[in-house]
Amino acid sequence: MSVSQKVVLRYPPSLTEKPVVYELVKKYNIMFNILKARFSADDKEGLLVLELSGTNTSLKKGFDYLHKLGVKTELLSQDIVRNENKCVHCGVCSAVCPTNAFYVKSPEMYVTLEMARCIGCEECLKVCPYNAIEISFDIK
Amino acid sequence: MSKTIEEINEKIKQGKAVVFTAEEIIDVVKKEGIKTAAKKVDVVTTGTFGPMCSSGAFLNLGHTKPRMRISKAWLNDVEVFCGIAAVDLYIGATQITQNDSANSLHPGSFQYGGGHLIEDLVAGKRIKVKALSYGTQEYPRKELTGSFTINDINDAFLFNPRNCYQNYNVAVNTSKEKLYTYLGVLKPDMGNANYCSAGQLSPLLNDPDFRTIGIGTRIFLGGGIGYVVWPGTQHNPGGLRNEKGVPRSGAGTLAVLGDLKQMKPQWLRGTSVLGYGVSLTVGIGIPIPIIDEDIFRQTCITDADILAPIVDYALDYPELSGRILAEIDYASLKSGVIKIGRKKIPTFPISSYVKAREIAQSLKSWIEHGKFFLTHPSAALPGKDSGVKFKRFGGKYR
Repeated sequence: MSVSQKVVLRYPPSLTEKPVVYELVKKYNIMFNILKARFSADDKEGLLVLELSGTNTSLKKGFDYLHKLGVKTELLSQDIVRNENKCVHCGVCSAVCPTNAFYVKSPEMYVTLEMARCIGCEECLKVCPYNAIEISFDIK
Repeated sequence: MSKTIEEINEKIKQGKAVVFTAEEIIDVVKKEGIKTAAKKVDVVTTGTFGPMCSSGAFLNLGHTKPRMRISKAWLNDVEVFCGIAAVDLYIGATQITQNDSANSLHPGSFQYGGGHLIEDLVAGKRIKVKALSYGTQEYPRKELTGSFTINDINDAFLFNPRNCYQNYNVAVNTSKEKLYTYLGVLKPDMGNANYCSAGQLSPLLNDPDFRTIGIGTRIFLGGGIGYVVWPGTQHNPGGLRNEKGVPRSGAGTLAVLGDLKQMKPQWLRGTSVLGYGVSLTVGIGIPIPIIDEDIFRQTCITDADILAPIVDYALDYPELSGRILAEIDYASLKSGVIKIGRKKIPTFPISSYVKAREIAQSLKSWIEHGKFFLTHPSAALPGKDSGVKFKRFGGKYR
């Protein structure tokens, strides 16, 4: 059975020239979709947000491979958090969310977050008037 | 049937007042009918929670030793108005920090400003103060650097010159570029429509002729108690109304005041609006005493009865053309999608209906528990026949 996970990868500069993602495909038969790729200005860290699909076994092996290389992995859902104390359920985020991960549930009008739809684009972070979106995958 | 405020207050005192929110009352009336419900209900509570830029707070810091007549001051790097007595200040909600790069890199993010300062103050946080003076013989001190909390100062009261808009524009963008406005991000080609009103819960839509809400009305303000003190700036009661007497555009506004020391930071939130600036999101709830069947009928208004104008924020709003593209009701707006001509447009709220409901519920609970009593207005707000009108700038300019 194929499963899909959105993952944040952080890797050291020593790996920037290694075809890490290619190896994931070739050795472990993992499909990928790039959601985001970045390098810090001082080249201290690279960051990739990927949607990875494969069997449970292949994904596990793929993660083992990444960890052995020194790549740190986190689930995207752990890295994007809505601070419930700060959120007022206004709906400003839902207006810019390209995948409707944030949407206003009518008629109660609660702003709901469907994490499975999130692609980590950070549009919500930029517009939230109350600073209620916390993203920890920004390059430090 | 008619009731006096005194009779209603007596029932509140005895814990017998029948109170519903302006949202709950809609179902009550559906089940029981207007006439039966009108006899039973004593108070309908309303609520609204949205960015209200025309807000601010007066502070009196207390005198330093030696005395100082502050002529310029910054609190947490936000400049405050000092053109009044010695240590009185006014924090304006939209004032940005002095080193904010604003929109020089558009859209600016506006992380901190007057609104945030007011929230921090109410939260009891320590506020940095820097002040200057030109010095006088009786006020010799010329500089002050220090810090304080709200408990250290004499007075702190919220005084918002224009809050609680009766109704509001729905914003769209007909241009080819994305717009960053105080009504949120507007995508090109009318990619979205943003609106900002609690609709059927909104205070002035439940008493559209200001029959019970007037100068002196006691209200829920920022989680504490406040008062309506004047018609708000740009109060424009004479605008178009629908067949139920409900304004079809902005119309009435309120100036409100209350002691900041008893308010809650949860109901006064510093607000950063991308590409626009900072503001203060204010929680206001107003009780409507059911003095007769007519006022009761008005509190039973539903989202489907309230129309708002759809305005193009690419052209017509900045140019003050006065043109509206269409009118749309709040039931459609809240459904998440509207149609202009043949185009389907997704809709998004800017004010929080969830929090508006919470405010109306809190006020209901205060009244039910005998903690909040209703007031007679000392004077009426200018109504639809008063001739009071919103004017464009009437001075001279080039």
